[in-house]
Amino acid sequence: MSVMSNAKFIEIQGVEQTFRTAKGLFPALRDIHLHIAKGEFVSLIGHSGCGKSTLLNLVAGLATPTEGVLLCAGKEIKDPGPERAVVFQNHSLLPWLTCEGNVYLAVERVFGASEHKAQLRERTAAALALVGLSHAAHKRPSEISGGMKQRVGIARALSMEPQVLLMDEPFGALDALTRAKLQDELLEIVVRTRSTVVMVTHDVDEAVLLSDKIVMMTNGPAATIGEVLHVDIERPRGRVELAGEPRYLHARKAVIDFLYKRQGQVEKVA
Amino acid sequence: MDANSFFRVALPPVCGLGLLALLWMIVSSTMGQDIPGPRETWLQAVEVFRDPFYRNGPNDQGVGWNVLASLQRVAVGFGLAALVGIPAGFVIGRVEFLSRMLNPLISLLRPVSPLAWLPIGLLVFKGANPAAIWTIFICSIWPMIINTAVGVRRVPQDYMNVARVLNLSEWKIATTILFPAVLPYMLTGVRLAVSTAWLVIVAAEMLTGGVGIGFWVWDEWNNLNVKNIIIAIFVIGIVGLVLELVLIKLATAFTFEEVKT
Repeated sequence: MSVMSNAKFIEIQGVEQTFRTAKGLFPALRDIHLHIAKGEFVSLIGHSGCGKSTLLNLVAGLATPTEGVLLCAGKEIKDPGPERAVVFQNHSLLPWLTCEGNVYLAVERVFGASEHKAQLRERTAAALALVGLSHAAHKRPSEISGGMKQRVGIARALSMEPQVLLMDEPFGALDALTRAKLQDELLEIVVRTRSTVVMVTHDVDEAVLLSDKIVMMTNGPAATIGEVLHVDIERPRGRVELAGEPRYLHARKAVIDFLYKRQGQVEKVA
Repeated sequence: MDANSFFRVALPPVCGLGLLALLWMIVSSTMGQDIPGPRETWLQAVEVFRDPFYRNGPNDQGVGWNVLASLQRVAVGFGLAALVGIPAGFVIGRVEFLSRMLNPLISLLRPVSPLAWLPIGLLVFKGANPAAIWTIFICSIWPMIINTAVGVRRVPQDYMNVARVLNLSEWKIATTILFPAVLPYMLTGVRLAVSTAWLVIVAAEMLTGGVGIGFWVWDEWNNLNVKNIIIAIFVIGIVGLVLELVLIKLATAFTFEEVKT
């Protein structure tokens, strides 16, 4: 793969998304241009209703844009596919399968044609071990906590060895302590797997801690990218060490300024 | 059992049954000899249930055989309806075109009393028994089609998104996502179908004759044996109740936690 396509692993060109609603056409996104390099961790941040999840769904292929093109590894994104794994906001585990069963479903789909059952089971076990859930492999989603469910969701996505990991507010529904713990785990996993990640969030600290690039979106309707901030802090990053780090504080302030000074009138719009 | 749970759990149903017996006694004493009272009926029931499985020719069989004959008709008619209705419900729920195509037909035919189909059954199948089964088939198929289709349409979008991201085959979607997600709805359809079928079989058998609890009621009416008719009413009620309870147990065993949104 050339340097060029590594730098533009995901390309979003002039994307516009309009929804047909009962009250007529609703412009959700307009004029989105963005590229994401291989191995880069990108956060999409903005107020509620700014279309960040819509943009993620477009990259996932769960929706098709009204205008413009999205490319992944030089190919147009038309449908969802296992090479772009999604971690859903509400974990979306199948309640009638065990944690292992949920992960196995994904592993079987991606590697089932080329590998034996034993290898598939090994992959499943490895994915669960990666998120520290080997002990809960045979439990059903209803028997484990919210944080654990989200970890199974992450394990399911990672087990597919996707080219891109797409996360839609993966920790949004969790309490602060669990969220911090999972963020630390994700930091580690990302360093280890060198994944390309696109994450939707509304948490400023989360965005700065995890991202190489923070994409800040203006308020909807017809939201677009307001500013892109590069977070030039080397990895591995530690939550505690970063707390007093000037580059961290600077990035944090930049995002807060954008969200609350320049895009602060969200209530009036909504 | 302590006093509190006795007053809360056991006493009310006992009072209900007592009220029924009281009303029954009042009606029976004001009607003279026409309606037998609870005591006489009870004695007759003891007599009837002493040998529920006797056979004195085709028109004189024990109440046990009659109930079993009715249950068998319900089972066959209902089974055939499930065989057709559940797959039909899946397809209608999954394919928009078929749903729009068949919904008017279902809306038109569903409100028709299943007994109206009995003559058609007699005409086509040339026999009382298959005609009764046909009637059961017709009345149990609608709730199964409709509930299965609704269930398929209500499968959480999240699960379908998982299927789309994993790019699962239609067969895999059907077996690992649709079927378990739809199962609770399907079982509701089954429950409605069975209870309707049990309602309808009594009426159908009154018309077709043969062996069956419905025919038994009609036969005892012709004999002017009102005690047995009352016994039959209780038997029908108890069998229906047992069917319902079994299916509710089955349904709760297969209902899974929904994704919290």
